Amino acid sequence: MRDVAVIGVGCTEFGEHWSTSFRNLFVEAGALALEDAGVTGEQIDALYVGNMSAGRFVEQEHIGALIADYAGLASNHAASTRVEAACASGGLAFRQAVTAVASGMEDIVVAAGVEKMTDVGTGASVDTLAGAADREWEGFAGATFPGLYAMIANNYMHRYSLTREQLAQVAVKNHDNGVHNPIAQFRQRITIDTVLNSSLVADPLRLFDCSPITDGAAAVVVVPLERAREFTDSPVRVLASAQASDTIALHDRRDISTLDATVAAGRRAFAQAKLKHSDIDLVEVHDCFTIAEICAIEDLGFCAKGEAGKLTEEGVTALGGALPVNTSGGLKACGHPVGATGIKQIYEIVQQIRGEAGGRQVDANIGMAHNVGGTGATVVVHILGGC
Amino acid sequence: MSVSRFWRKIPQRYNLIGTVCTTCGRHFYPPRSLCPDCRRGGKIIDHQFKGDGEVVTYTVIRTASDQFDSATPYVLAIVKLDEGPNLTAQIVCTPDEAHIGMRVKSVFRRIAADGESGVIHYGTKFVPAE
Ligand SMILES: [Zn+2]
Repeated sequence: MRDVAVIGVGCTEFGEHWSTSFRNLFVEAGALALEDAGVTGEQIDALYVGNMSAGRFVEQEHIGALIADYAGLASNHAASTRVEAACASGGLAFRQAVTAVASGMEDIVVAAGVEKMTDVGTGASVDTLAGAADREWEGFAGATFPGLYAMIANNYMHRYSLTREQLAQVAVKNHDNGVHNPIAQFRQRITIDTVLNSSLVADPLRLFDCSPITDGAAAVVVVPLERAREFTDSPVRVLASAQASDTIALHDRRDISTLDATVAAGRRAFAQAKLKHSDIDLVEVHDCFTIAEICAIEDLGFCAKGEAGKLTEEGVTALGGALPVNTSGGLKACGHPVGATGIKQIYEIVQQIRGEAGGRQVDANIGMAHNVGGTGATVVVHILGGC
Repeated sequence: MSVSRFWRKIPQRYNLIGTVCTTCGRHFYPPRSLCPDCRRGGKIIDHQFKGDGEVVTYTVIRTASDQFDSATPYVLAIVKLDEGPNLTAQIVCTPDEAHIGMRVKSVFRRIAADGESGVIHYGTKFVPAE
């Protein structure tokens, strides 16, 4: 296996793109990544495109080919593959690209993620996202995606000491970080009262506990590490790429408020990279809901079960804390274009390691990205480090 | 949910029929045709559940998909059946009544409809049994 490096990253602004089509979103992110990498289109061997549900959001399938075509790569016949794992589609597309390069099958590969969610109404998007869970045995009963995470939250709060205020602080912290991120959908601070006074979506989760419906795309370019300096002076090395699965339905889990796939993928990633928790300078975790960030910090092993709320309250996970979590603003402030989120996490880690994160810059040499599909049926964890 | 997908599951949904692995004794609802513990070594047969259970966790859905929009707010829970398995179902009670640990029993109810004149989906809900 060859070592792999990221040599370029690009991302559109996340938000409601009323005047930009699905394909144009991707082209914008892809062009930014190629420009950043100093790579021309003809040099690209393959693309992996993370996308959850273009079929339902924009009624377009065959995304791999569409993306290759509109990226101007149809004439050189680059291999292009769509990768789907619900909200982990982007992280998994990155893993596929890393695998392809590491194996020696491909040399210059683009990993991208794209989703356009605002072309359908709220009820339809709620229904589409519910497809990330078990349609026949959860969706049939009326389960929504926020509803499933709300059941995780209630189970968690029944068993561990987590206050409603600590949960709200996750959103407050991520909005604080998003203020400094030019691609974030929300760049304004909020208070705990903002969260607690927002409307209930699925008890105990309120509107400001939830990541929004968002359009956006992100892309990164990966090459063998040995070739990285042909393109850039600041390659970022992929130190670990781990993936794990679990039951699709929340009701079949061993423990309702522990994501065992996160536990497994996290352990595998640490073992691959031969690193300890204290080596990690920052983490982008999958905060589709505030409770998800609490579970992620614990399930990745950064603290014991039941302690992440206190850590958040004490500022340990804030920008100036010992373990900055979601420096980008997370899914909460950046927005969550489901297929693009996993790539945006890599984009953030790379920017942090290269020292290009502006007002949200932390002291970073090693970063982790944690991307979850559904309520935890797929988890992808990557560790990246400066060279 | 499409009409065909709904009708296909009628026996299990109407009667709370799941399966049991006679090799290890583990019960499954929703039904499984492969035991995750015994895998191909497991022998799976149908099992009629009694329908008694306990709420493991719950929520009150206030923003639903279009199909369930008119039913909001409704209580959705993960119920642990006394025979072992968990399932996701609605509890017929007020948001204030719902709590973790609540004893419930299954009932046969209308779940949703495909619009005003569309097919009505029936299935299992639970009512408080305390
Ligand atoms: Zn068995």
